[in-house]
Amino acid sequence: MIADFGYGVLVVAFLTALYSVYAAVYGELKKKPAMVESARRAMLLTWPLLTLAAGVLVYLLVNDHYEVQFVYEVTSRSMPLYLKVTAWWGGQAGSLLFWSWLMSAFTSLVTLRKWDRDREFLPWVIVVGGVTMAFFIGMNVFFENPFAKLYQTFGGEIAAYTIQPANSILFTPSDGRGLNPLLRHPGMIIHPPMLYLGFVSFVIPYAFAMAALITGRTDDRWIRITRRWALWAWLFLSAGLVLGGRWAYDVLGWGGYWGWDPVEIAAFMPWLTGTAFLHSVMIQEKRGMFKHWNMLLIILTYDLVIFGTFLTRSGVLSSVHSFAQSAIGPLFFAFIGVTLITSVGLIIYRWDLLKSETQMTSLLSREALFLLNNLLFMGILVVSFWGVIYPLISELFTGQKVTVGPPFYERATSPLFAGLMLLMGVAPLSAWGHSTVKTLGRALWKPALGAAIVTTVLAFTYTRNVIALVGFFLVALVILVTLYEYGRGALARQRSQGENIFVAFWNLTGRNRRRYGGYIIHLSMMLMAIGILGIELFQVETQGTLAIGDSLELAGYTIKYKEVASWDNPGAGVNYTRAVVEVYDANGNLLGNLHPRKDFYFDTQQPMTIPGQLASLKDEVYVLLIDWEPINQESTTFKIFVNPLVNWLWLGSLLFLVGVIIAAWPDKDPQRVTVRAERRARQTSAAD
Amino acid sequence: MSNIKLRITNYKLPLAILLALVVSLLLATTVFAQDDMPTDDEVNKIAKELYCPVCESTPLDVCPTEACRQWRELIRQQLAEGKSEEEIKQYFVTHYGARVLSEPPNRIASYLVPALAFLAGAFLLFRGFRMWIKPVAVESAVPTDDAAPVPQDDYIRRMEEELKKRK
Repeated sequence: MIADFGYGVLVVAFLTALYSVYAAVYGELKKKPAMVESARRAMLLTWPLLTLAAGVLVYLLVNDHYEVQFVYEVTSRSMPLYLKVTAWWGGQAGSLLFWSWLMSAFTSLVTLRKWDRDREFLPWVIVVGGVTMAFFIGMNVFFENPFAKLYQTFGGEIAAYTIQPANSILFTPSDGRGLNPLLRHPGMIIHPPMLYLGFVSFVIPYAFAMAALITGRTDDRWIRITRRWALWAWLFLSAGLVLGGRWAYDVLGWGGYWGWDPVEIAAFMPWLTGTAFLHSVMIQEKRGMFKHWNMLLIILTYDLVIFGTFLTRSGVLSSVHSFAQSAIGPLFFAFIGVTLITSVGLIIYRWDLLKSETQMTSLLSREALFLLNNLLFMGILVVSFWGVIYPLISELFTGQKVTVGPPFYERATSPLFAGLMLLMGVAPLSAWGHSTVKTLGRALWKPALGAAIVTTVLAFTYTRNVIALVGFFLVALVILVTLYEYGRGALARQRSQGENIFVAFWNLTGRNRRRYGGYIIHLSMMLMAIGILGIELFQVETQGTLAIGDSLELAGYTIKYKEVASWDNPGAGVNYTRAVVEVYDANGNLLGNLHPRKDFYFDTQQPMTIPGQLASLKDEVYVLLIDWEPINQESTTFKIFVNPLVNWLWLGSLLFLVGVIIAAWPDKDPQRVTVRAERRARQTSAAD
Repeated sequence: MSNIKLRITNYKLPLAILLALVVSLLLATTVFAQDDMPTDDEVNKIAKELYCPVCESTPLDVCPTEACRQWRELIRQQLAEGKSEEEIKQYFVTHYGARVLSEPPNRIASYLVPALAFLAGAFLLFRGFRMWIKPVAVESAVPTDDAAPVPQDDYIRRMEEELKKRK
């Protein structure tokens, strides 16, 4: 019964979202502010409604209601409580509900903001939020009902229905199928929420962009309002991507963090357009140019978010057939098509209002370099998108099924990434409006010389690999340029304000958090680049079958097999096999013990390989237990990777989060402060 | 040894040759089995670039399924038979289609479209640059601080200005 109640609440939430759209449009067109206010309240109501529906679903998950199909598919009795809760987003129906729930939280937040100065945006922001939300709740209501129950007809067939069919009885399996073991990892528990938070929060800037187009208020007001939304969205999306990479590294057992899988690319594409957007809005704020382009970027980001949500959950793009079989596939594409056409249509309708206010003056100006940056991001987007849809196109037109794997993406995107790094080195030194070869050269030669020295040293001490050296040169250049810019600012401040250098650094960052947060982000990207270059170019691996006491050698390390044990944990429904290996360096010093593991989950009948990792800044020894014969302990197969520099990637990720938080941290709104002061003044005068 | 036999007993020549052949063959196969059995690393090197039709996006060298294990054994066998990397890949393509390869076989088709799209974007951008940029007249209208006499103070001023704008 409780499941039916949950479904009922979902239906009400769906109708509420639709009503808010209707009331907002009607109220705006008929000039009835009361209706708009009603729309706003309807929007606010969706969050408690969806929270209630989600609460019901979690209740069902936690209390083993296996008559509910979704619960049956993603949980089992042996799963601990926290996993039963997070299984909420472990399947398609639940994750759609999770999406709508987060979306409603964000639209509620945005409708609660102070609207005094931009009242005219409000109805249209509600419309965009409401339409998006209605679409996702509609998916749950009509196609992917998380509350559908299993019924057995008298013919013996068991299937899930929302409403009990005639001549059938409720079917309650004794246990569920359990969550895919790969998803029972802490990284997997926070990775999807982060990614979805990123996805959902990008809807807000899009909603304001549409509101600006519809109302014709196409100045950069909408960009200023949504700047922090976009930054937080970007933070969540980036954190989601990084966590996903870390999860893959720790759980998937292939010694890597990124495999150019369509699901990964699905989350990467909105990140690309979002990053381009964050850069190009600065041109509009500073110079009043490229308004069409910014609109287009946020529209693309929005539709790629929808596309990504759909891809990450269904993966149906791998084949034409599975796409046609999926009920929600065509609907998603119809929704993307409609929103894309409507939004682009609005840009064309407002084309003249979006004309640039100033002119470009130099090819080397900051704005020109930002445009180049956008071109490169778009290039990576095109490669990614083409790689994802190419198998479909090939199958459709030639009947030949193909795989587009990492070699394609790596070859096609690496020059573009190198170009981005070069821009990261040059652009911070260029000025808005105009820069010449002379001014830029004057600022650039010192860091470039420094980078050349670093590269030469590396060529003699570390590697002769040309690609690596080019990469390290660019990394060094960007780091030096960024530090140079940072240091120059702080020194100037020290001199003009008489502050000590640390205070100067602190105040400088505080006074222009976006710029200096951005610089920290650039630095963090370079740390990540060091890790990526290391693992991509210098990773080595070996595999061998060892008896106890045997050892394997790789890249100066010796890995000695000490023992293995296997035991069941009936409570958790898992069999663990754990080996102990010792790692020695080239001089025979013991560096430590590693415990590579293989966990076998009974409910899903799936294994999971947990590596043993010995990490340092230089490299990481990563040992996998591949195969083990229980009868004959003499033969255990290990795979060993040595991943040079990989931990710089994770260090960079942490610094990256710091940078984005600095950039996105809310300012004290000066207007709000004055309003508060005025109010206080009024109150005191009233008291007098 | 067979040479000595040859000299001593000429009439037993055919038999001797046969014996020699058999012995050398046997020797050859044992030597082969001991030294040339392909290692896991040799197998993985090829498996890394292959994908089985079932396990999407998981290269064969790391795929834990039983089917993929059998494929790896197949690679090992073929390596033992002396086949080259190309021949082995071709074997899988013939039996399972081009999707086992990590890249579409038709490279022109797979790279051309993104390359053209990128070039088109670059072309549009640079044509746009030429259109947008106003020649010298405007540039001189913008106050330049290129040849400012005290660059450091100027830098501070510009920075302060930008910081103020941000507020």
